[in-house]
Amino acid sequence: MSAPPDNSPLADGGHCYHCAHHHELQISGLTVRYQSVVALENVGLATSCGNTVALIGPNGAGKSTLLKAIAGLVPRAAGSILWRGARVSQWHREFAYLPQREEVDWSFPVTVRGLVEMGRYSQLGWWRRWRPVDGEKVDAALKVMRLEDLEHRQISELSGGQQQRAFIARALAQEAHVLLLDEPFNGLDRPARENLSALLRELAVQGRLVIASHHDLATVPALFDEVLILNRAPVAYGRVAEVFTPARLSQAFGDHEPEAEEAASMPSIVSTASIPPIPVKPHRRAGAV
Amino acid sequence: MHDILNYPFFQRALLGALIIGFTNGCFSAYVVLRRSALVAGSLSHALLPGIAAGILVAGALTAWSAFLGALIAALLVVLGSLAVAKSSRLDQGTALAVIFTIAFAVGLILLKYVPVQVKLEDYLFGDILNISSSDLWVTFGISVVTLTLTTALQRPILLTLFEPSVAAAQGVPVRALNYLIMTLLVLVMVSSLQAVGCILALGLVVAPGATVFLLTNSTRAMFWGGGVLGAAGAAGGMVLAHIGDFRPGATITVLLGAAFLLAFFFGPRSGFFRRKA
Repeated sequence: MSAPPDNSPLADGGHCYHCAHHHELQISGLTVRYQSVVALENVGLATSCGNTVALIGPNGAGKSTLLKAIAGLVPRAAGSILWRGARVSQWHREFAYLPQREEVDWSFPVTVRGLVEMGRYSQLGWWRRWRPVDGEKVDAALKVMRLEDLEHRQISELSGGQQQRAFIARALAQEAHVLLLDEPFNGLDRPARENLSALLRELAVQGRLVIASHHDLATVPALFDEVLILNRAPVAYGRVAEVFTPARLSQAFGDHEPEAEEAASMPSIVSTASIPPIPVKPHRRAGAV
Repeated sequence: MHDILNYPFFQRALLGALIIGFTNGCFSAYVVLRRSALVAGSLSHALLPGIAAGILVAGALTAWSAFLGALIAALLVVLGSLAVAKSSRLDQGTALAVIFTIAFAVGLILLKYVPVQVKLEDYLFGDILNISSSDLWVTFGISVVTLTLTTALQRPILLTLFEPSVAAAQGVPVRALNYLIMTLLVLVMVSSLQAVGCILALGLVVAPGATVFLLTNSTRAMFWGGGVLGAAGAAGGMVLAHIGDFRPGATITVLLGAAFLLAFFFGPRSGFFRRKA
């Protein structure tokens, strides 16, 4: 495991030299509670840079919570996260969390460039002076994400796909190894989805670890190497070819319905039952099994 | 016009208006981005009972008693509402509405015991022409503190405003920053009492930021642009008020309102200013 060179990762069009297939992320026993509600229980996974990992499961299954817990955005009640062999107990600069579209204040007066510059704040701290190298990292990130021509646009003046790329560019400027994306394909049209798919794949090929919550089950095999099926507790985890099976899916999605009544006080679960998420396939597939 | 500029009292007033306009204008960027205009509105009401209480305690209406009274009342209202919101299921708006109306009502009751009701009007609507040197120093001090802190803490404040949860995760003390911003809000509003009074203070600390928000995509431009606009509005208002013999506080507010309407009608959406700028 070589020490990260200072003039790294985007110098060569986004290659992450010091990351290729070496760095491991090991999560075990991860539990998150919101007050008394258990949002996530005993979740584990073990993966490494160069992979794309899908988090799937019904609404309210804890996908966002898991991403936020890895990113250090919500406190963990139990469990451990090991990154490159070291324990991560809070926010880590090498992890970048990309929020769900709905959580972003798009009217905020910040340009694409300004957003990407925020990625450097974590290295600069509160007061350190902006250095030429910071500008170079921002330029490189914008270039890799093909946003150079849009850098002066306000973030709401972008298409959905461009917005995703802008946040990915920020993660690159932050020099993050692990990208935690919350429903990145939400609200994108087909060309933008395909574009983003290729991009995520490329990020992994270049040695980053991409973990994304995802609800379009049909595209999981094409997009991801590994899948973690969640329903508050882990249902299954492994390579897509091994784990992404109708039986496992029905365990996560199909068997859920009897519980819906018990959980009537939880709006997210009730709404799953009455208004299915965009791909209805999981339910049908589950029913067919 | 030239004559009036030679009078020390007018020079003082103009300088005071410039400082207040600039500081409040800069700060208004954060008020707008934080969506705290309603908080500021409640604050402006809390200033009145504060001044009344200050008079009762100090025995007379002085700049200091008014400042301190308003400051303490406003801090109690704002920090109280923040604390209630954080430790209960109420949101800050609700907590604020309850607390500031109570404070205002208490102020109205106190007014009965206040012997100087005529001069109190100056604090309702401002009396910048009578600004004293010591008032000016207080104003200047508040301005320096506010501008220093807000520029020094620009990055964490920006992160907090844009993504509170990410900022918190990165070690930014989000809660402390929020308290700081609210405290500074009280300070700048108290400092504008003298110029425009507690009712119109709201305009100075919201309108410039709101106006520039319509015109720019950069927080930095919003901050400094708000300051320039606030200062221009304050100075222009002073001069206009002198020419037309209007109330300075009201004139300043109307000017800032006109700027806002201009930005609203001819701003980026219709493309007018955008092509020019």
